[in-house]
Parts: sequence; structure tokens; C-alpha cells
Amino acid sequence: MLDTSKIGTKSPPVSVPVEIGQLKFFAKATGETNLVYTDETAAREAGYRSLPAPPTFAFSLSNARPDPFKRYTDLGLDLGKILHGQQQFDYVQPICAGDVITIEETLSDAYEKKGGALQFYIFDAVATNQHGDIVLRMKNTVVQKHG
Amino acid sequence: MASIETMKVGDALPDLAKPPVNRTTLALFCGASNDHNPIHVDIDFARKAGMDDVFAHGMLSMAYLGQMLTNWVPQSAIRSFGVRFGAITHLGDEITCSGKVVETFEDGGESHLRLELAAKDQKGEIKLAGQAVVAVPRKGE
Repeated sequence: MLDTSKIGTKSPPVSVPVEIGQLKFFAKATGETNLVYTDETAAREAGYRSLPAPPTFAFSLSNARPDPFKRYTDLGLDLGKILHGQQQFDYVQPICAGDVITIEETLSDAYEKKGGALQFYIFDAVATNQHGDIVLRMKNTVVQKHG
Repeated sequence: MASIETMKVGDALPDLAKPPVNRTTLALFCGASNDHNPIHVDIDFARKAGMDDVFAHGMLSMAYLGQMLTNWVPQSAIRSFGVRFGAITHLGDEITCSGKVVETFEDGGESHLRLELAAKDQKGEIKLAGQAVVAVPRKGE
């Protein structure tokens, strides 16, 4: 049976500097060709303070903690059996290199389907910048297969 | 390229075709994205977990969908972006991203387009299905 007692549990907040080198590495790894994401001059001409973090990068920031999978293994999840089910971003403000982003994540729901063969864990996160402004919200659904 | 100001329901935005996913892609994305789950890079771990081989991070294809959006509109126009991961992307798969307008609406004095998004492989199998909402810039902006 799914343990629902941990619904509402908050992970310790993580504060991550957004590094220009990591953004360039992310651009390389994803084959980015848009100069706004790799060239600071192009980014400034597009109105950004520095290189902007691309739309999905906040998910990577949320994994920039010493033991990113602890929040899953603490729930009894097995890294070899979990899949990413859904991912949602709601944007408020841009994130740019030089920002320090604090992410606070809550296990907001957990339920099972197919008689327990599939378990779903929903994590809701809020990302705030160094000025205390909310920059985005994320929702991450993790699915664990059983059997 | 289709201009966002004149897009209507049913119109498509430009596709984005990516090269086949290989092991180097996954190694680079593992490091760059901070997702170090060994299931994506360590074949020994993947086999112990019952898989034939490593497979791609879902967030890699979501990043590709994001690139399709930001190739088309400035990122600041994107209000929301979400996907459902429907099928595993395997080594050798070639992801093509596509999107079309499914709704136009006003909210908070702003015009918006709701987009339906898909990331498909070379056989047309949908790997990710998603939605995004983008704001349409006012004339003169």
C-alpha cells in the first residue's frame, strides 16, 4: 500500500547560484543554436541581464543538491523503477546567470492506480530569486512501477 | 516563419528536428542537467533494473520542445509549459518537436495562444505530449 502519511512533507530548501558555465554546458548538451542562450552580448541585446536560463532549466536547479534523489528514496522509491510522468512550469520572471535561486519543494499528493502497480508522487515547487521574488512554480510527477 | 501576431487556431509553429540520441548526448545531458540517475548513463545499472539498455532523460526531450518554443517566440512570452511523458526515448531515436495553436484567449488584458505540443520519434510515436501558453505581443512592442 502507498504510504500517504508523507503528503505535505517539505524538502529542505535548496539555494543554487545560476552559473554561466552550467548554462553554456546545458546549451551544448541540448544542441542549442539560439545565440541568446550561449552569447552574453546576444542575451543583453535581447533584453536579459546575462544569459537566460532556458524554459526547463529550473528542474536542473532543483537537482543541484548534494543528494538529489534522497527525496525519492526517502519515500521508498527505487531509482531503477521510477519514471518522470509529467512536468509543468508556470513562469513569473526570467532566471539569468548570476541569480541565486531558492527552491522549496513539497510532496503535495501521492496516489496509486492499477491496484497499486503504479504509484504517483506529485512534487510542487516554488522558485524564488535573491530579491525574494517568485520566478516560477513547478510541478513534477514521479511514477514508480511495481512488480 | 509564422508571425505570432497573426496565428490562429490550427496554425502550426515551425518544427524542430534533432539528431539521433546517442550515449554522448545522454552523458552530456546527465552532467549539464544535474540529473545523475545512473539509469540514463550506466548500462550495468540499467540492466540490473530490467532494461535492455540506458534510455534518454524525459527532460532532454522537454528541453528540445522548449527550444522549439524559444526559436519562435522570446522566452519572456511563455507563460506556462507542461508535458506528459508518454513513452521512453531510446538510443538512436530522432526526436522531432511540433506544435499548433488550439485556442486563443484573453486574460488580464493580454492576448494568449494555447499551444498543443508533441515530441515524436522517427516512427511517429509520441514520446511527450504537452501544452504551452504564450502571450502575444501588442503591436509596436
